Amino acid sequence: MSVLVEEMARKALKLGIPLSVQLDLTYRCNERCIHCYLDHHDHGEMTTAEIKDLLDQMADAGVFYLTISGGEILMRRDFFDILEYARKLTFCIKLKTNGILIRQKEADRIKALGVESVQISIYSHIPAVHDAITKLPGSLAQSIEAVRRLRAHGIHVIMANVLMVRNARDYEGVRALAAELGAQFIIDPTITPMMDGDRSILSLNVDEAALREVFRNEALVGGNVEEFCAPPPGPDEDALDMLPCSAGHTACYVSPYGDVYPCVQFPLPSGNVRHMKFVDIWRDSPQLNEVRSITLRDLPSCSKCAHGGTCTRCPGLAFMEGNMRGPSIQDCEKSFARTGIPSVNLMSKKSAAAGSVQIQLVQIQSAPALAVAASAVPA
Amino acid sequence: MNTKRYLARSTAIAARALGDETMVMSATNSTLFTLNEIATVIWEAADGTTPLEDIVADKICVKYDVAPEVALRDAEGLVMQLSEHGLLLISDQPIPRAKVAAA
Repeated sequence: MSVLVEEMARKALKLGIPLSVQLDLTYRCNERCIHCYLDHHDHGEMTTAEIKDLLDQMADAGVFYLTISGGEILMRRDFFDILEYARKLTFCIKLKTNGILIRQKEADRIKALGVESVQISIYSHIPAVHDAITKLPGSLAQSIEAVRRLRAHGIHVIMANVLMVRNARDYEGVRALAAELGAQFIIDPTITPMMDGDRSILSLNVDEAALREVFRNEALVGGNVEEFCAPPPGPDEDALDMLPCSAGHTACYVSPYGDVYPCVQFPLPSGNVRHMKFVDIWRDSPQLNEVRSITLRDLPSCSKCAHGGTCTRCPGLAFMEGNMRGPSIQDCEKSFARTGIPSVNLMSKKSAAAGSVQIQLVQIQSAPALAVAASAVPA
Repeated sequence: MNTKRYLARSTAIAARALGDETMVMSATNSTLFTLNEIATVIWEAADGTTPLEDIVADKICVKYDVAPEVALRDAEGLVMQLSEHGLLLISDQPIPRAKVAAA
């Protein structure tokens, strides 16, 4: 992050301005990605008029960075109507799409409207792997064709590579493909639970060895690997007053149904723009204000953890694990893979697991009836 | 310079007020700028029909304790910079909206 962007974020925080919003236009999609966290059925998306009114409200509230995402955004027939309206309101716009529906006409229109960037998910450079993840035959070829069309217009394209078991070895191939196409490459090693709380897709996450390999790849971490993977110094007094992330502080998320959440990965219902003004939700929602009240100091285990000051702990993932003040096990695992040092949370889980085995063994010997209860202690 | 200069904000930008400042990003190369309070006054007044000289006289000199010739010189420097980055159009004629969109 540049010094100027950091300064803007600090100022927005001080002024209570929602600098960034992700607006999902739809959850409908023409792909069926195996790791997707959304329900693709339409449960009553906002109309064009409702979205335009929301955009007016967001511009008035000070929103500058607007990420338009989905679902697949081009599944909405009014997509360009919405995009044109948003650009007239001078938002800085990032589009997230799979690119399947971006043909020449659409690429020309996107260029004419002047978006900041277009992010396209590419899971592998190998068609069979990518298409098996999207469950759409021919999707890799179509997504790459969209990247080419956009790049031919000089549009900033980001190829996002979500890492999972099925494509764990392909990121170098995707990185090379991005370089060939003149696109930026980013990698995301985290599969998140579904928004309804279903955690079954977490089994797609890569293992610790694969994470370790990513964190030790100089080209991916963009700098000094030794420094990046160094043992954490532990949180100092300044770190304890740190805010967990921008969710609810200078950023929020709005669903296609008008629901406002702190972040797309933080499904804490905080209001609905169909019933309240966006700015009133932003300023007065008890849920958002609770999120804002939390610093590292308020996190019972993370504040005592060596990784506290450097961890990428996602409060949304912690919330989906049951406690927004608790740890996020996925981030604990990432910190461990990066540094080799277990977090407080990982250690307590390990000792709890060891403890449950000991209890179980003792109880099996002395009181079999109690062994059933003991085996229910989560490992 | 004796001729009047008209200013219009480019449509190839993203912009938003942040307190008394303004963030402006060029849509052509994503370069980000911030305008301070006085630069923001000029930016907001750049409607294609109000000459720079009037903006300085009516919006700057009446509000800030600054000599008119100094304010105009500084304003000229600012608008030249913004123009060089493609954020602002400058013309010796009023700039219609359609011309801004086409630029």
